[in-house]
Amino acid sequence: MLNVALPKGRLGEKVYDIFEAAGFECPSIRETNRKLVFENEQKQVRYFWVKPSDVAIYVERGAADIGVAGKDILLEYEPDVYELLDLNLGKCRMAVAAPADFRDDENRTLRVATKFVNIAADYYAKIGRQIDIIKLNGSIELAPILGLSDVIVDIVETGTTLKENNLSVVQTILPISARLISNKASFQFKGTQIEILLCQVRNQVEQHD
Amino acid sequence: MLDANILKNEERAVFALRGLYRQYGYLPYKMSKFEDYEYYIRNKDFLVSDRIITFNDTNGRLLALKPDVTLSIVKNGEDILGCKQKVYYNENVYRVSENTRQFKELMQAGLECIGDIDLYDIFEVVSLAAQSLAQISEDFVLQISHLGILSAVLDRVCPDQGFQQKAIACVESKNAHDLARLCREWGVEENLLVRFISAYGQRDKVLAQLEDLGGGQDALQELKEISVLLDRMPWGDRVIFDFSVVNNMSYYNGIVFRGFLSGICEGVLAGGQYDKLMQKLDRRAGAIGFALYLDLLEQLPAQRNEYDVDVLLLYDANADKQAVTAAVAELIADGKTVSAQKSVPAKLRYRQLVQLSKEGVVC
Repeated sequence: MLNVALPKGRLGEKVYDIFEAAGFECPSIRETNRKLVFENEQKQVRYFWVKPSDVAIYVERGAADIGVAGKDILLEYEPDVYELLDLNLGKCRMAVAAPADFRDDENRTLRVATKFVNIAADYYAKIGRQIDIIKLNGSIELAPILGLSDVIVDIVETGTTLKENNLSVVQTILPISARLISNKASFQFKGTQIEILLCQVRNQVEQHD
Repeated sequence: MLDANILKNEERAVFALRGLYRQYGYLPYKMSKFEDYEYYIRNKDFLVSDRIITFNDTNGRLLALKPDVTLSIVKNGEDILGCKQKVYYNENVYRVSENTRQFKELMQAGLECIGDIDLYDIFEVVSLAAQSLAQISEDFVLQISHLGILSAVLDRVCPDQGFQQKAIACVESKNAHDLARLCREWGVEENLLVRFISAYGQRDKVLAQLEDLGGGQDALQELKEISVLLDRMPWGDRVIFDFSVVNNMSYYNGIVFRGFLSGICEGVLAGGQYDKLMQKLDRRAGAIGFALYLDLLEQLPAQRNEYDVDVLLLYDANADKQAVTAAVAELIADGKTVSAQKSVPAKLRYRQLVQLSKEGVVC
């Protein structure tokens, strides 16, 4: 049985559509209820919905053999997993955003508000800019508006939220998309099943592209 | 007669591994729990983490609780042509847990072969790594890589260190899509690396795929010869080639490997040839070894007993102590486990209750 961790929400539903089209369907997952685990004995596959930021943990710890996680989560937490496929879903970018009138004063430490502490620290270390990181868990856009930070580092999809808060992207750090990941030990012992799924999912992704 | 089932997985493994390593002439190596802190700082890149527990010795010298065994073993010894030092160990190391961010005591077993090593020694250590896993469970996989091949392929594609560092991260995570992107960004040939990253699994199949990659011919020859020797082993098909095993390339060279046991979510064994570390320590000898992380064996299913003891022997305060002693001895002689108590312990699970009073035994 292959255990698959899917990210709860719209992205997870799109991912399941691809898995279903690839021949790994589990009809009970479409039923409206509060169940979290769905199994198709015949296809030897078991899906479960987890918080998107937790998928990598479930996979790294072997509770799931494979899963789908955003590149942002993989870069931020650096789980020890195999990253087998770019699903080209959930495309967005990690970016630095600031109020429209922002001018970077390089004589001062830059105050950066973000959920992604490691990605932000790594980016600014590479360009040699001294920063102070303010770790927030949500509503990051609020930080520069209230003077808590000079800029934010966050995921930008359409840019609508930024625009509505008078913020704009000043630098793109990297593109983000959903990735199929595998536990390293599971890959050794369930390798054949994972390879078959990978091949069929890859075909589906290429068709969608 | 003691029942071996009372031993935990890791205790059973230590017992079996000692026997295995002794068969091949490896001698036990006992070391101090402490080392000079400065020694680790000089070689901190070799360590899994640079966070080390330190304390002052009575003379003010700064010491560290050992975070690694290999460094302690290789720092001493003579390099004599044709000679080899073969040792095994079973030691605790002290490292920071990535999850709790607190120090943790970890039990390791392993071995080192140091000196004028040749292909036989490399095979012997790889074979002992596989046999170590097999002692614990038949359901194991040992992945072998060769850093000589990885270096040759990388050098052929792009010798720039910045590129190679990023490419290695992709190789480690089998990330062909980002590797292809990286090659495009740097304007270098992507097919070769993508083919290389896809070459893993059954040894003959991988060797055939490697033929046309070019470069690293000596390394490829070494892999071929090791593979032929492994073919003769009954567990040989459990040893595969996989180049996603990349230990620290500043210290390791040649063959590197990682072992997995079914039921454990991460690698339980890691090792390889580390001649570069020896060179950094001004030693001319070569070296190869591995460590098995025994604490991870807790994740394997263990025999769960329904009861803590077979018999709870309850005696009252006035009971004749000689009668208690005799009753306990009789039950043990019957092959039962027994806990003698004056009242029933809250959490004790027992199969049978035996009460002993002045009048004698009541079941």
